[in-house]
Amino acid sequence: MSETSRVPAQPFKDKNFCLSYFRHMVRARALEERLIKMMRTGDGYFWIGGPGEEAFSVALGLQARKGHGVAYDFLHLHYRSNPVVLTMGAPMIDFLRQMKSTALDPFSGGRNFVAHISKKEWNVVPVTSTIETQYAVAPGTAMAQRRARLKGEPAGVTVVVGGDAGTAEGDFASSLIWSTRPGAELPILLIVTNNKFGISTPAESQHGEKNIADRARAFGISAQVVDGNTPEKIWAALETAFDTIRTTGKPYFLEVMVSRLHGHSSSSGAQRTLDEPCCIDAFEKKLLKNAWITEKEIEELKQAAHLEAQEAHDQIKGEPYPEASTFQDHTFADGKRGGVPGRDF
Amino acid sequence: MANMAQAVRMALHYGEKHLGVTDIFGEDVGPPLGGVFTCTQGLKTTWNTPLDERGIVGAAIGLALAGQKPVAEIQFCDYIFNTIDLLKLAGNNNWASNGQYPLNITVMTPAGAGIHGSIYHSHSFDSWASRLTGWKVVMPSTPRDAYGLMLSAIEDPNPVLVMIPKALMRVKGEELIPGEPLEEKDLKERIDAPLGEARKGWEPRWPELEFAPTPIGEAKIVRPGNSATVVTYSRHVFLAMKVADKLAAEGLGEVEVIDLRTIYPYDWAAISRSVVKTGRVLFLNEDTEITNFGEHLLRRTIEEHYYQLRARPRLLAGAHVPGIGLAPPLEEASVPQEHDIERELRALLTELT
Ligand SMILES: Cc1ncc(C[n+]2csc(CCOP(=O)(O)OP(=O)(O)O)c2C)c(N)n1
Ligand SMILES: [Mg+2]
Repeated sequence: MSETSRVPAQPFKDKNFCLSYFRHMVRARALEERLIKMMRTGDGYFWIGGPGEEAFSVALGLQARKGHGVAYDFLHLHYRSNPVVLTMGAPMIDFLRQMKSTALDPFSGGRNFVAHISKKEWNVVPVTSTIETQYAVAPGTAMAQRRARLKGEPAGVTVVVGGDAGTAEGDFASSLIWSTRPGAELPILLIVTNNKFGISTPAESQHGEKNIADRARAFGISAQVVDGNTPEKIWAALETAFDTIRTTGKPYFLEVMVSRLHGHSSSSGAQRTLDEPCCIDAFEKKLLKNAWITEKEIEELKQAAHLEAQEAHDQIKGEPYPEASTFQDHTFADGKRGGVPGRDF
Repeated sequence: MANMAQAVRMALHYGEKHLGVTDIFGEDVGPPLGGVFTCTQGLKTTWNTPLDERGIVGAAIGLALAGQKPVAEIQFCDYIFNTIDLLKLAGNNNWASNGQYPLNITVMTPAGAGIHGSIYHSHSFDSWASRLTGWKVVMPSTPRDAYGLMLSAIEDPNPVLVMIPKALMRVKGEELIPGEPLEEKDLKERIDAPLGEARKGWEPRWPELEFAPTPIGEAKIVRPGNSATVVTYSRHVFLAMKVADKLAAEGLGEVEVIDLRTIYPYDWAAISRSVVKTGRVLFLNEDTEITNFGEHLLRRTIEEHYYQLRARPRLLAGAHVPGIGLAPPLEEASVPQEHDIERELRALLTELT
């Protein structure tokens, strides 16, 4: 079930909902800050993640219907999506295990970079490093869901997420074409998080289109450009999108304007930048203004989140890497380990 | 006897009727055409896709992630190259997710030269495909094996690439597919879509076919012999057999011809046994010769059987050219012909130890 079953009618007028939302954001930020720290202190080789996107990620994590199979939502995420899956309820320690590539990393068994999540029980399909390929793959899960819908069976929707620069790849165009084949439109939510950069290259230096959303509109897809730093705005946009798809079975497009608060990745230093708005700071001000929380309570909340991350870190300190002998495991699903026939198997 | 296209069609019919195939799709795969080589006529789960190979492979991955059983076609392997990235992902999904997401995908594609297809209808993909880790890769040379390997591919829980030799699409088999009608005409009337107006509302009358898979990973000795070994696959199986018969008639010896059938995981045991027996081996295929799959087999032969060899082992492959030229002399100069095979085999058989 989605977490939204517990959502009040006017969530952002509800103190408890807002405090819970805020806590999710704070935990997500504490997780990313811990991961950056791990990278700096040698407990990981590379960091990439989603600090700055929490207002959006928490909303998506709360609204997605999590479960396994076509009855639930499929999530084709990317490398800034840790906060989405954390909000859905994955333990914080899971992400640290992937960061440190320990044997217990539940997403990839120590094989893949941090934030390359894969969680079958919630239809989170493997995040891949190849930019935009998720947009070519996502129509496939949406087709299976469309099929279930047509049979009157319970069916979720497919969600795909990626960055703005990646939309220059042909796979983005593929997703628009495949989602809107006449008479076979797909229940798919296409999301682009626009932070106006691809690593170091400003979007405005490469893209002539006014909005990425306009490209979806050309296919008759309902589309919105939405402020991803303001919880109430991105929450409402996602709600409209999910509702529309769930009732019509047709695609929907969101271009979510987000901040990138620690640069692209550890390859560019992962330093905190101060020239972009922070969604947590802004939401905090609103909570204080409404007198729903005190400065002290905010501090305590943040401390608690950092402590949670710290404890998770302490817990995995002694955890081993995967055994070298397992490096070929799961190459094939039928027990064959791959390698050279007649020598390795 | 069924030809290769009919054999593939019958396997797909068996797949959708008995093995849970949910989708057979690709460019022009659905009605009215049923595939540019007619491999998908009359089937229940076929549909046409946008002209987008990356989208096709992507959709296959997505469908499999959602528990469907897709068979995707790339119209010609000449157009599979822009999907390599997605093929790699399909191959590493299960491994990268530590066993969470096996992908039951079959991709089929016509491959190879021999139909005067010029630069973009003559490509080979076997050597490229041998590098797609996480995939099983097969290439039948007969309708019977095309039927059997398609069934195995559909059943296999992993991604399987089936390359179908373009030049053999219309060649009839010599072995009946279990359940296939005895009369060719009968089969044709039952499963070949009529031309023109008659196609509207046409329904095939499928024969009662049997589950008769050809195991992936098993080579077949198609001509036994003790004097030398040819390891090949696809249409070069027939060229090699023809040359072997000719040389035998001359008294030069009996050449053993192995139809590898599976590129990965290839049947090393079969190759190894034969090489130990004959001490003389030629690897033969039509993909371009630099970093050719046959070179890998040659390398293993040298590493593992160096002291059992009685003559220098050889590779005969396609020339390292940008494309296969349309004019017959150009094509003939680019991919191994009968006379090339004969030249190599004569040398192999007569080289003194
Ligand atoms: C196909 C491909 N090309 C290049 C890269 C290297 N790369 C990684 S992230 C990135 C920039 C992506 O920018 P955008 O899509 O805007 O996402 P953002 O990182 O800004 O969220 C590039 C070029 C890659 N991973 N995959
Ligand atoms: Mg960007």
